[in-house]
Amino acid sequence: MRLLTHNLLSSHVRGVGPRGFPLRLQATEVRINPVEFNPDFIARMIPKVEWAALLEAADTLHLIEVPKEPIQGYERNEEFLRKMHHVLLEVEVLEGTLQCPESGRLFPISRGIPNMLLSDEETET
Amino acid sequence: SSQFTYFILSVSSNLAKQEQSIFELWGHGKCPEELYSSLKNYPVEKMVPFLHSGSTYKIKIHTFNKTLTQEEKVKRIDALEFLPFEGKVNLKKPQHVFSILEDYGLDPNHIPENPHNIYFGRWIADGQRELIESYSVKKRHFIGNTSMDAGLSFIMANHGKVKKNDIVFDPFVGTGGLLIASAHFGAYVYGTDIDYNTVHGLGKASRKNQKWRGPDENIRANLRQYGLEKYYLDVLVSDASKPSWRKGTYFDAIITDPPYGIRESTRRTGSQKEIPKGIEKCPESHVPVSLSYHLSDMFFDLLNFSAETLVLGGRLVYWLPVYTPEYTEEMVPWHPCLKLISNCEQKLSSHTSRRLITMEKVKEFENFSDSFLLQIKL
Repeated sequence: MRLLTHNLLSSHVRGVGPRGFPLRLQATEVRINPVEFNPDFIARMIPKVEWAALLEAADTLHLIEVPKEPIQGYERNEEFLRKMHHVLLEVEVLEGTLQCPESGRLFPISRGIPNMLLSDEETET
Repeated sequence: SSQFTYFILSVSSNLAKQEQSIFELWGHGKCPEELYSSLKNYPVEKMVPFLHSGSTYKIKIHTFNKTLTQEEKVKRIDALEFLPFEGKVNLKKPQHVFSILEDYGLDPNHIPENPHNIYFGRWIADGQRELIESYSVKKRHFIGNTSMDAGLSFIMANHGKVKKNDIVFDPFVGTGGLLIASAHFGAYVYGTDIDYNTVHGLGKASRKNQKWRGPDENIRANLRQYGLEKYYLDVLVSDASKPSWRKGTYFDAIITDPPYGIRESTRRTGSQKEIPKGIEKCPESHVPVSLSYHLSDMFFDLLNFSAETLVLGGRLVYWLPVYTPEYTEEMVPWHPCLKLISNCEQKLSSHTSRRLITMEKVKEFENFSDSFLLQIKL
C-alpha cells in the first residue's frame, strides 16, 4: 500500500463518519520500490493530498525529507516534486495495519494489500 | 513506439447506438507513399503470424466521406502487393481481415481529391465478444471466470475518455482486465474487489490446465506483463457497497463490469450468522460473504459513489444487464449529478443482453438534495 493510497482511505465503521480519517498506520514490513518519475502526475496529485495525514503517516514510517506543505510554484519545482513522488509512490507498506482512529477497529495489510472488509453490524447503513 | 498500437474507429449512427471497431495499426500516412513507407517500417515478425502460407485473409477498404469505384478500390489493394502475404484469399470466411481506411474529412460539401489520412491495419473486433490477439485473455498471465475481453476493455477506457495522468478506479476489479486498458492510455489505476482470493491471486485458476494461481498471478503481475507496472497504484479487498474512500473528488474515471449473477456470484458482506455452507474461506482473516445483493441496490450505490468521488467532467462506464423483452430506457439508472452520454447494447443470448452505459459527472454532489431526488426517482 502506497502513502498516496493511505491518504485517500477512511474508516467506514458505523457512526464514525468523517472522524474515520485518517487511519492510523502501523507497519511491520516496508519496501522502497523505485517508480518512474512523472512530474505531471505528481503535480496533479498535490491539490488532492491531505497534508496532515500524509505527514503523520510519513513520520510513522520514519521517512525523511518530506515537504511540510506545498510550496509556491510547486508545479515547476522538480526538487519538490521528486520528494513528493518518493513519499507518495515509492514507499510501500507490505505488512501492517490501518486503525480506525475513532473505534479502534484494525484493518490488516498483507502482501501490500489492505483488507477493508467489515461485517454488516460494523458498518454504516 | 508502443508495442501495441490500436486504432479505434468510432461510428455513431445515433445517440443510442454507437459502433466501434478496433484495428491493430500497421501503418499510416498522409498520402499513399507515406503509408507504404510506414508499412515497410512495421516489423515483419509482427506481420508473419497473420500472413503465413497456412492462413486465409481478405482486404477491405473503408472510405469516409467519399465513394470509390470498384476499379479504384482494386488499384489500392493491388498496391499493397509488396506486403509479405503468403496465405490464401478467402472472401467469405477469412481468418484475418485487413483494412485500408481512407479519411476524406467531415465536410460532405467539400470532398478532397486525396485523403487527409490513410491507415492500414488488422481488424480486431467490432465491439463484440471476440478474442483479441495481442492483449489476448489466453496469453494474459492471470484470468478469472469473467475476464473482460481485451477489445471491450479498450472501448470502455475510450468511453471513459481515459488519458495520461488520470486516476481510474474499478470497484469490481476481479483480475484487473479493465485496468490494463486504462494503464495503456497512461492512467494510474486503482481497483477493489470483495473477493480476497482474486485480489491476492490465490485459489483455483480459471485457466483449464492449471490448479493454482502462482504467487505472481495477480493484478500487479498482469500490468507488469504489458510493461505497465508503473501505473499500478494499489488494489484493496473491499466491499463496493461500503467503500473506504474518504470524502473528496479524485477519480477521473470509474470503469467497471459489476457482477450480475450470471457467472460470478454477486455478493456483499453480511452477518457472520448467515454464512451458507460451502463458501470458501481464506486462511487469513477476512469476513466471509453471504448476502445476495439486489441489482438495483448495486447500481444505486455505484452511481452515488461515482457522483461523490468523480472529478467534475469525470466519467462512469459500466455494464448493465438487461432482460431484453422487458427493457425500456427508463430502466437505465439515473442520478441528478450524472448525465447519460451513451447506451450501447451487446446481445448475450436470445433474451438477455447487456448495455454499456457511459455517464459524465456534470454537477457536484450535494448530500441532502441529491439523495432526496434519488429517493423520489426510485
